Amino acid sequence: MTMLEQTQGLHEDATDLGGRGSVSDYIALLKPRVMSLVVFTAAVGLVMAPGNQHPILSFISILCIAIGGGASGALNMWWDADIDAVMSRTKKRPIPAGKITRQEAFAFGMVLSFGSVLTLGLVANWVAAGLLAFTIFFYVVIYTMWLKRSTPQNIVIGGAAGALPPMVGWAAVTGDVTLVSIALFMITFTWTPPHFWALALVKNGDYQAAGVPMLPVVAGETATRHQIVLYSLLLLPVGMAPYFLGFASVFYGVGSAVLGLVFLGYAIRVWRVREGDAAKKTAMSLFKFSLFYLMLIFAGLLAENMIGLV
Amino acid sequence: MSKQKAVLSEEQIKTRRGRSVALAVTLGVLVAMFYVITIVKLGPGIMDRPL
Repeated sequence: MTMLEQTQGLHEDATDLGGRGSVSDYIALLKPRVMSLVVFTAAVGLVMAPGNQHPILSFISILCIAIGGGASGALNMWWDADIDAVMSRTKKRPIPAGKITRQEAFAFGMVLSFGSVLTLGLVANWVAAGLLAFTIFFYVVIYTMWLKRSTPQNIVIGGAAGALPPMVGWAAVTGDVTLVSIALFMITFTWTPPHFWALALVKNGDYQAAGVPMLPVVAGETATRHQIVLYSLLLLPVGMAPYFLGFASVFYGVGSAVLGLVFLGYAIRVWRVREGDAAKKTAMSLFKFSLFYLMLIFAGLLAENMIGLV
Repeated sequence: MSKQKAVLSEEQIKTRRGRSVALAVTLGVLVAMFYVITIVKLGPGIMDRPL
């Protein structure tokens, strides 16, 4: 019996009425760390958008986007409970830990999904609500249920879901999708593959055990390193796009170029150091720097907008 | 039909109370939020709408 088969029946017992989860277990279902990234990038999109929205409505719009993002996290854990139980990074999540049943997670995720989309529609507009609904659908159905277990390109295409929040934030103010909001989308979209593949290089064994066809599992670590460098090269001009498109100042242009070059430097180190613990360490350094990169890029855009540099 | 009731442990009672309080707070926040949304969206015209 494989590890997967052993965990397949996890809390599937129809007589298990649940009711063991604490409030913190339900909060964990929302993936708070991912949620903080969603809130931050959505807030940047919302602040950068031209137009006037009442601050209270802006705050509630961000709250809706956060809850929608959290709901997709809960639905992801509902579907992926079997593989979460196998991987060291995820086996302490509420469902594999036996604190929340799959049915409870599903109900929780669905209620929050519908609630957040409908509230955003009422508070802001139905374009933003539609985009939020699409984000949840894309993450849960396209990425989690379909791509994640079937193709090594899972996180490339699935990354679109994580990249959409700034577009939702923008649309909450303007009610439309523009070149600027697409540029914000492209930053996170291009950033996602090197970010996740760096982690996949460290956790390769986990993904292998769980049968998830991540790029290092299917194509090998060398091919993954090539791809990381390629996407990091692409990220350099994409990160600078706000400056080229005229909605960020020269300060942002220079800053994003430096950050992009440092990112590329980390990627090249991952490409060069391929053996033993040193290889894992360099991959982990890239993973950590990638988080820092994204935060600084969006913080830069936010700061320029707030102090009126653009 | 059996009339046996499940006996909850101290721990289960504690987590259930926590969930109940969280639900009550969430409902309270939702009521307040929709009240504020109504005021902000309708503004001063809130009492001056066609019935």
